[in-house]
Amino acid sequence: MKIVSYAAALGLAVASCSLAVSAAEITGAGATFPFPIYARWAEAYNKETSNRLNYQSIGSSGGIRQIRAKTVDFGATDAPLKAAELEKDGLVQFPVVMGGVVAVYNVQGVPAGQMKLTGEVLADIFNGKISKWNDAKIAQLNQGAALPDAAITPVYRSDGSGTTSVFTTYLAQVSEGWKSGPGVGASVQWPVGQGGKGNEGVAALVQQVPNSIGYVEYAYAKQNSIPFTQLQNKNGKFVSPEAKTFQAAAASADWKSAPGFGISLTNQPGDEAWPITAPTFILVHKAPEKPEQVAEALKFFDWTFEKGDQMAAELDYVALPAQVKDLVRASWKADIKDKSGQPLFKK
Amino acid sequence: MVALSQKLLVTSMEKPSRRSPQLSFDQVFRLASLSSALIVLIVLAGIIGSMIYGGLPAFREFGFGFITSSVWDVQRDQYGAWVAIVGTLTSALIALVIGVPISLGIAIFLTQLCPPWLKRPVSTTIELLAAVPSIIYGMWGLFVFAPLFAQFVQIPVSSIVEGLPVFGTILYARTPSGVGVLTAGIILAIMIIPFIASISRDILDQIPPVLRESAYGIGCTTWEVVRHVLLPQVGVSVIGAIMLGLGRALGETMAVTFVIGNANRLSPSLFDPGSTIASRIANEFNEAIGLQLNALMALGCILFLVTFTVLVIARVLVARVKMR
Repeated sequence: MKIVSYAAALGLAVASCSLAVSAAEITGAGATFPFPIYARWAEAYNKETSNRLNYQSIGSSGGIRQIRAKTVDFGATDAPLKAAELEKDGLVQFPVVMGGVVAVYNVQGVPAGQMKLTGEVLADIFNGKISKWNDAKIAQLNQGAALPDAAITPVYRSDGSGTTSVFTTYLAQVSEGWKSGPGVGASVQWPVGQGGKGNEGVAALVQQVPNSIGYVEYAYAKQNSIPFTQLQNKNGKFVSPEAKTFQAAAASADWKSAPGFGISLTNQPGDEAWPITAPTFILVHKAPEKPEQVAEALKFFDWTFEKGDQMAAELDYVALPAQVKDLVRASWKADIKDKSGQPLFKK
Repeated sequence: MVALSQKLLVTSMEKPSRRSPQLSFDQVFRLASLSSALIVLIVLAGIIGSMIYGGLPAFREFGFGFITSSVWDVQRDQYGAWVAIVGTLTSALIALVIGVPISLGIAIFLTQLCPPWLKRPVSTTIELLAAVPSIIYGMWGLFVFAPLFAQFVQIPVSSIVEGLPVFGTILYARTPSGVGVLTAGIILAIMIIPFIASISRDILDQIPPVLRESAYGIGCTTWEVVRHVLLPQVGVSVIGAIMLGLGRALGETMAVTFVIGNANRLSPSLFDPGSTIASRIANEFNEAIGLQLNALMALGCILFLVTFTVLVIARVLVARVKMR
């Protein structure tokens, strides 16, 4: 009896395996920042279509390496590739979702959300030029606040990260000293401060070290209720990070100005725009070796454009504006072809 | 049951004549064990080879300067390993200074002084410490130990030594955050204690009791027995145990990455953040491309070399003590 039931169970298992094989399995690898939302989308997509997405969050440069080596159907990166690099490897790049980076702080006497900084002051803090909280430049922005006479401890990401890349892009845009000093990249040479590994490492240090300031992804700061600063945007207005201000940054951007939508959403004009906003990107081959797999991947991303906004908002990501989604779809039709030259994305 | 096994024994002893299958099994067994040994050698050679191959571009680009330079600037593609090498050696040294006396204390207590009912719980606890994954030590170090360390050690010590010569620099925390080279060394010490302690305990256990008893018999105190009878007996093997701990301390990655502060700066203060070779690789490997990747591989080669040197020194020490 027992044996029979075992055999039946085995048969079922085999049958379900073969069923699973018939459904498409899309593979992707890359950026860690969008991993939570990709996983969420993949789960919902799997329920609806029984297609699977196997996404490995190995880091942006890992994703770029893998798509170049053609071991995955799509790669994912936080920092956009330049036009020349896309051309060289025959890749198409498009954004799928956005997020923001916020400066988090731990200063007694300044309630959460009340600290106001400009980009330049932020750069000077991370450059070591402003070393005390009661520095005249900070005091001027926060009149009436009880700023302590204490040394500032800047906290940065010690691991190479798209978050750092976005943050330093912004600092370089607003500060000449930063541009010619530490520069822009996934990891830079920090002149002062301490490094924490990952968002959680930075957050832990900021929460534990009095008078510190660091930067993390907005979603992480919000979900863990870590106090973040207001920042002055390009129009001179002080804004707080929230979905509305991220969308404002995306709305005023000129998405067509760079090939592969490779624009940076940092320091965008607009009264409401949050200055450190960034899209995260997907890379696929123009003429893929496995066209049917890439077609499935595009179907998945099209589905996320249609039904994924609410899920993104729940996880504190920000969906692309509708007109940008249409631009992305148009670029799929125009650029991604199978061997006979037919567009892989049909809709 | 006993009868059955006896009968089996007898039957197997009665048939010694079937040699050939036994021989072939023996050969297979010999081959299998040989290939197990070879696999280790091949894997090791492969790892060394690929590390050297990967690191070669960095060595070629910077030459000897790769070791002596303390610049690590990804944006300008300038790499130097000095800060990481110093951090690795310093944190491992701190771990030994703290860990070795405690480990030996544990081993001596367990083998010489411990009442029998306490022996088991204590040794089990120590072995459990060895089984804790290093990421747990890292998280505990960052979230629990570092805040306490800042509050009860860094801040008071800094205020005491401020302005003093030497101590005012070595033990002064400009920003008492709890993380830093000393914190990493302490966490490493906790991690290597179980290794050194349990091996030392096994070694002490192997000393013939008659030696100890006769020493006590001529009126030695416990300290004298340990110092003049037991330790000289086990000296060499304990060095081996310590080197094993040192090897772990040099290569430990995750726990150190969490608590060392990850700054590429040389600082005279032990409370300041630094970095080790392993922590730098763990931090940057994910997002490394081009020369940065080569430089990380080259760092790996250096770590290999450092660990290897430690092992060789250990062997030489052991050999020298044996000669005496």
